[in-house]
Amino acid sequence: MTEFPKTPPRFSATFTPAVNAEIRRAAATGIYDIRGGGTKRHLPHFDDLLFLGASISRYPLEGYREKCATDVWLGTRFAKKPIHLDIPVTIAGMSFGALSGPAKEALGRGATAAGTSTTTGDGGMTEEERGHSRTLVYQYLPSRYGMNPDDLRRCDAIEIVVGQGAKPGGGGMLLGQKISDRVANMRNLPKGIDQRSACRHPDWTGPDDLEIKILELREITDWEKPIYVKVGGARPYYDTALAVKAGADVVVLDGMQGGTAATQDVFIEHVGMPILACIPQAVKALQDLGMHRKVQLIVSGGIRSGADVAKAMALGADAVAIGTAALIALGDNDPQWEEEYQKLGTTAGAYDDWHEGRDPAGITTQDPELSARFDPVLGGRRLSNFLKVMTLEAQTIARACGKNHLHNLEPEDLCSLSIEAAAMAGVPLAGTSWIPGRNGGF
Amino acid sequence: MQSFDLGEEGLRALNSALHALKGQTNMTDWEVINPKGAHAIAAGVDAPVEIIVRGSTGYYCAGMNKQATIRIKGSAGPGVAENMMSGTVIIDGNASQYAGATGRGGLLVIKGNASSRCGVSMKGIDIVVHGSIGHMSAFMAQSGNLVVLGDAGDALGDSLYEARLFVRGSVTSLGADCVEKEMRPEHIALLADLLKRGEADGLAKPEEFKRYGSARKLYNFNIDNASDY
Repeated sequence: MTEFPKTPPRFSATFTPAVNAEIRRAAATGIYDIRGGGTKRHLPHFDDLLFLGASISRYPLEGYREKCATDVWLGTRFAKKPIHLDIPVTIAGMSFGALSGPAKEALGRGATAAGTSTTTGDGGMTEEERGHSRTLVYQYLPSRYGMNPDDLRRCDAIEIVVGQGAKPGGGGMLLGQKISDRVANMRNLPKGIDQRSACRHPDWTGPDDLEIKILELREITDWEKPIYVKVGGARPYYDTALAVKAGADVVVLDGMQGGTAATQDVFIEHVGMPILACIPQAVKALQDLGMHRKVQLIVSGGIRSGADVAKAMALGADAVAIGTAALIALGDNDPQWEEEYQKLGTTAGAYDDWHEGRDPAGITTQDPELSARFDPVLGGRRLSNFLKVMTLEAQTIARACGKNHLHNLEPEDLCSLSIEAAAMAGVPLAGTSWIPGRNGGF
Repeated sequence: MQSFDLGEEGLRALNSALHALKGQTNMTDWEVINPKGAHAIAAGVDAPVEIIVRGSTGYYCAGMNKQATIRIKGSAGPGVAENMMSGTVIIDGNASQYAGATGRGGLLVIKGNASSRCGVSMKGIDIVVHGSIGHMSAFMAQSGNLVVLGDAGDALGDSLYEARLFVRGSVTSLGADCVEKEMRPEHIALLADLLKRGEADGLAKPEEFKRYGSARKLYNFNIDNASDY
């Protein structure tokens, strides 16, 4: 009997094995997937941009001889005591609750050693982080967990959180496994419940109210503290303009690559915009208002290296913030714990069930035994090393572009490898003068 | 008594003077005249002083108050006594939205009515309202006591945690996970004390109130409760 060639099995590009597995999981459990981290999908990002080093038309600075400064002032608009940081890479807000006490201590140690700031999170201020952070930014969140005027007065800046990149429009989530006695006490909640923070502030809505809320916080702190307003990357032009109008000293803009301790996967992957698309719009809003560099812009979401720092600053940011990269520097997802990641049904580099509180690296947990694995002194040293390497890398690029300060990097130093990134970042496609959406042809 | 003309001297000068009162002070009696609806009047005070505001206030009067007794001889704008830590705030007139929002301690007394979201996200404050309260009051209220001598609007106590709500009049509707609960002797005693401290003991008796609290059904996610959210 003649054997005819058969059509080989073919998977659908729409119903992929991963999609089908998720449908089966949802059907079996009746609950959406919750996880930590930021988006895992491919997005136009800083990798799609390249720097145009100096040549005949402009000259470079000597790598090991000529100065390239890295410091940054934040909060110069209204605050009596603006912040001065040695490097423009700050640590983003991450809560005690999401992270262990020793992990928060390590963030403070590392940031302080590198000359930068760290930030509280949706759980109030801990002694560990205040004690080990030379410059501490205190988040003012919809939940107001742990909020009190004494901590407002002992912080160095206040960050009013309107949204975050992983979930613009969403509230916080900390599931029962991580609501230990200490976390429950700080948040005035029963132990072990699934805590869902509100997505809106309880006592103001809209930009006109925000202006009055900022006035109140300034009055309570006698106009000393810089006031940041943090927004998730969704409508960055208008959000930035409205934050400036409301009286912010600093705008913090978080793209969809920014992480979260726990949120629905569908939210992380389908709401918000990549940071590359957000920065130029925010910078344009500041420029249109004549406030660029007067109201400082901190951007975050997928910053991993000095190259990313330099690119964000070339697009007009005054500083950046890192969260996920800082956790990896501390030891999150380290292959040394591979055997334990396997037991949790995952692998090093892909572990994202931070909400379950079983982190083998002892960072995203409240379990005493697991968190005891993490050494905050060593973790702080690792973070400090990483921050210094990022800064050196950014300086290397800036000198190659002929800049004696990271803030002198500019969009003209960049080109894009893809049409998408060129359109989003507002820089020309490599080898052309074409900025899609801004000018007509090549 | 220290008399402070807000219209003449301005908000910054007022709050600066009040913040300078640290620890024990013999400048314990203050009055603020010509408030004219200004925002953030006496926000962030941390001293055992008495402040009388002669007129109506804007947003966030007595915000984050600690220790002070603040009497508003008029009505209060949104967010009065927001995040109060301790002390007492008494409003002779009505209060706008978010009265006592996220308050962690102390006593807030509203002798008129309160608008929507009274006691939203409260975390230990006691609130006594002589009149009625608007919709979505005590939303996500975590702890403390809310006493209402009049009626409550829609969705009272939605997504409630462990706060106790006492309402004498009608409740238009209860929010998700909020249920009526039994009034036991300890609640009668608690209410009697709250009414007395809230300058309402001659206006109502504890036995006339109903108690509302959390059914605790939504404390841990269950897909069968999804339609309640």
